[in-house]
Amino acid sequence: MDKLDRAIIAATQAGLPLDTRPYAHVAEQVGSDEATVMARMQAMQASGIIRRIGAVPNHYVLGFRGNGMSVWEVPENRIQACGEMVGSLDFVSHAYHRPKHPPLWNYNLFAMVHGRDREEVMQKVEKIAALLGENDLGHEVLFSTRILKKTGLRLPGEKA
Amino acid sequence: MDAIDRAIINQLQKGFPISERPYREAAQSLGIGETELIQRLQTMLDDKRLSRFGPLYHAERMGGGLSLCAMAIPEQDYDKVAEQVNSFPEVAHNYARDHELNMWFVLATETPQRIPEVLKEIQALTGYPVYNMPKQQEFFVGLHFEV
Repeated sequence: MDKLDRAIIAATQAGLPLDTRPYAHVAEQVGSDEATVMARMQAMQASGIIRRIGAVPNHYVLGFRGNGMSVWEVPENRIQACGEMVGSLDFVSHAYHRPKHPPLWNYNLFAMVHGRDREEVMQKVEKIAALLGENDLGHEVLFSTRILKKTGLRLPGEKA
Repeated sequence: MDAIDRAIINQLQKGFPISERPYREAAQSLGIGETELIQRLQTMLDDKRLSRFGPLYHAERMGGGLSLCAMAIPEQDYDKVAEQVNSFPEVAHNYARDHELNMWFVLATETPQRIPEVLKEIQALTGYPVYNMPKQQEFFVGLHFEV
């Protein structure tokens, strides 16, 4: 990533311009040209720096008011299969393998579950439990009770 | 919300072209006009049905560090510690959750090496241990919600 890539990221972090020529618009902001910006963004997409370009729905406003962080203890040697199974469910937005911290924390699989309310989230968590079967050595759902801080992720190299 | 807005949300979560007239291309596959697509996106951003529209960046691939951290804080110290933790610019978001580990935050640092340093600084300032839970593997990250 060089200076131009960083400038493109900074210019598009909040969003892509709603303009018939959005990449030309970005180019103008970063002092480049449309073809270069498109090529850079294609390269960043190919290398995975850009996960995807698209719409990010606001779950809460769209009626998905229940968001639970479900955490699972599954056998370490089955984590791959379990993670893929859980990650493929359409109500799971993120699925990660994370380290245990015994004895306080024995969960190694995290799956964010979305539903219209807590009850729906819990029903979906039961579906996950059924899917995991004997691989489910224990699970819990942590609901958030308060947002203490919410800021976007900063760019590496960006000053606070 | 009408069928077109739903179709826009469902389809444009999957991706968007990098081309000279990307809205025109996306609109064509939705069966609407370019201007209508732009206007509908604007409306959905304005009324917050969409939290954003554009590229989603992958923090670690940009060279930074990222980790999920948790702490168990007694009720009487909770607000003070929340303030101390939030004072670090590396703390991107922080949620109270109903569990013994009752504070969960994401650390985003300029370099991966900064993560353990910031963890130590947070422990020193607050006097409580921080449980570091960096992701070891990602199975799926997506937001393709059918609405």
